[in-house]
Amino acid sequence: MRELRTTVTIAFNDVEVEAFADETVMQAARRNDVFIPSLCYVEGLSVWGGCRMCMIEIEEDRRLRPACATPVNPEMEVYTDTPKLRAHRKAILELLFAEGNHVCAVCVSNGNCELQDMAVACGMDHVRYDYRSPRRAVDASHPKYVFDPNRCILCTRCVRVCDEIEGAHVWDVASHGADAVLITDLATPWGDSTSCTWCGKCVAVCPTGSLSYQGTAVGEMEHSVSMISRLAVARSRGEWLDPEAVS
Amino acid sequence: MAAPIDLHEVAERELSERYGFPWRIKACMSTACLSAGANQAYEGMEQTIEKEDLALEARLIPTGCMGLCSRGPLVRVLRRGTDEIMYQAVNKEVAIDIITDHVRDHKPVETNVLDHNIPFFTSQEKIVLENGGVIDPNRIESYVGHRGYQAFERVITRMAPEEVIEIIRASGLRGRGGAGYPVGSKWALLAAATGDTKYVVANGDEGDPGAYMDRTVMEDDPHRLLEGIGIAAYATGASQAYIYVRAEYPRAVERLDRAIRVARRKRLLGRNILDTEFSLDINVRIGAGAFVCGEETALLASIEGRRGTPRLRPPYPTERGLWGAPTMINNVETLANVPTIMRKGAEWYSSIGTEGNTGTKVFALAGDLVNTGLIEVPMGVTLRHIVEDMGGGIPNGKAFKAAQTGGPSGGCISSEFLDTPVDYDSLRNLGSIMGSGGLVVMDEDVSMPEIAKFFMAFSMDESCGKCSPCRAGTVQLHTLLERITSGAGTRQDMRDLEHLCHVVRDTSLCGLGQTAPSPVLSTLHYFRAEYEDMLVSEEATNA
Repeated sequence: MRELRTTVTIAFNDVEVEAFADETVMQAARRNDVFIPSLCYVEGLSVWGGCRMCMIEIEEDRRLRPACATPVNPEMEVYTDTPKLRAHRKAILELLFAEGNHVCAVCVSNGNCELQDMAVACGMDHVRYDYRSPRRAVDASHPKYVFDPNRCILCTRCVRVCDEIEGAHVWDVASHGADAVLITDLATPWGDSTSCTWCGKCVAVCPTGSLSYQGTAVGEMEHSVSMISRLAVARSRGEWLDPEAVS
Repeated sequence: MAAPIDLHEVAERELSERYGFPWRIKACMSTACLSAGANQAYEGMEQTIEKEDLALEARLIPTGCMGLCSRGPLVRVLRRGTDEIMYQAVNKEVAIDIITDHVRDHKPVETNVLDHNIPFFTSQEKIVLENGGVIDPNRIESYVGHRGYQAFERVITRMAPEEVIEIIRASGLRGRGGAGYPVGSKWALLAAATGDTKYVVANGDEGDPGAYMDRTVMEDDPHRLLEGIGIAAYATGASQAYIYVRAEYPRAVERLDRAIRVARRKRLLGRNILDTEFSLDINVRIGAGAFVCGEETALLASIEGRRGTPRLRPPYPTERGLWGAPTMINNVETLANVPTIMRKGAEWYSSIGTEGNTGTKVFALAGDLVNTGLIEVPMGVTLRHIVEDMGGGIPNGKAFKAAQTGGPSGGCISSEFLDTPVDYDSLRNLGSIMGSGGLVVMDEDVSMPEIAKFFMAFSMDESCGKCSPCRAGTVQLHTLLERITSGAGTRQDMRDLEHLCHVVRDTSLCGLGQTAPSPVLSTLHYFRAEYEDMLVSEEATNA
């Protein structure tokens, strides 16, 4: 039997909704169908707070807060779509597009990409900043999967799912700043990895075309993030439940 | 177990020894003077004392920083019953002359005498640096002889933890790492936290370019830091402490290690300190070269042996810190204030400085100034006093242009604000910050967009890469600044620059990213014309 959770009232964009007292603003928003852009957040994985797309404004709070890491407070008034937030999110998306090599027309995930969806949802129609066009080597050494760091936005979903759900910790981040990059094992080719279990959770959870199945062509790659959330919830609850309904 | 140190007896012995010599020669052996050749000077004096058979007359003492680093190596000669004489630029020849002419023949070496009655010295109020140039950092007896560990002994034998916190609170001491959080409140948070083990961490990851306040404390007065940590741990119920020192400070690590070893042996650390119920152990942790590890959550990750990246707060470290246990992080300079506050009282401390900004602040004075070095001044003195009187003004007849405070997280202050009192709140109102104490003065020849670009390059290199606005934003800000300073910038670049500054400031995860745009924003605010003069002309753009 599940315990009863305390509920409180909070407001999203002046509309009052019911939220659980022990959840985050992001969780409350998702259950109430309020859209808050995000890229690194996955229900069921630990909160990373790195993409900064889910910044929100809270009444009487001078600073912007990340919805994924802000606990619900009774009576809080949250704004998710102010002109400032729209402008900031658009700028962050442009930064991400300029940072890697995100060329939708030749991407396996074209049409099934969270970064692309976010750009559409946030109205990003061009990139103001200089494309950095990095030269990053693709790792296609794994028999089943391909890692293309050019399409990576360093959301670390793969790192977290591999560590927290699969328990293998194949992935991690190496270097820092603009040089930060994902590595498998001790920066050795993925195909040589002795810790990888071939489970494919990292591929399922990737928001872009950075991780894909071998042999997929343009637009063919489909991820399944919700499967990971269901898995995480099933693990912690011991039964198959809709992750957003129980979050 | 060995008997604990008898502080009273050691102090007595130290005092009688101190006045047993008619001459005492104190040679600065701090990093700046050592790199200027203090070692050779020291050897020169040592050998000459030997040769001239003055060993019973003159005692040579290696000490910490005397402050005026630009004139080093510095030597103080003290003779019983007379005023001290200070020497500057003491190379080996001058050092030998000091012994033969001054000590043996009583004729000071006039060519190298440094007037210590100049504002650089007389305007200082020394608390944190009070032992600089006075004690031998490697001898615990020397520290004890200057009232060292007195406060610690009284605190752990005769005071309740709450009383200690109350005194710190009443003193008005604010965190010297830059943010200025009230120290008493922070201590109370840790004291109120529950847990079997609590940690105190001294943040010695000083990384602002040109700043060396904390290094000086750790190298030149390591026992003061240990005493401060000891008092903090007692007041908050912590039994474990770490000193996080950046790897670029090998001498600090060495001297702290030695100080900790000696303190353990003297029963000032370890189990049942001075035969009380109080136990505490301190360990040194060495950083791995990342600026971001000065940020408290990244610092904790680094101590735990993990990648030094900041994490989201809450939970704050006082709730969940090292290995999940309640942890309090204080800056080295903050903790170095504590022994003196406990010895002289909250009222005395709060009488120094101004309302809300009590006590003193150490600054590393650098840049286009006649006198550069380390100063400790009461809070609230004006920038003009520091620059013109203490710093001796701008050399070569040039004019003052700007003062940069707070390093890559701070801003530039222009000449019309020279009369601003230097304290946390006034500097913040000007778009800069107090920071940890770096103060760089720039003359009229300095280009402000270039300065902004320099600091942006620093922040870009030091970004950990966790959050996208800081990782990718600092790169783009730097690109925009490069374009503008190369003369190829347009008005659109200026608009993009300013907007992106706001994005990075408002959305970055930790303090490094949030403050990385400050050097740009403050120079845009005070020196916008300089940026605009660099842009390509409207005609060229339209053509």
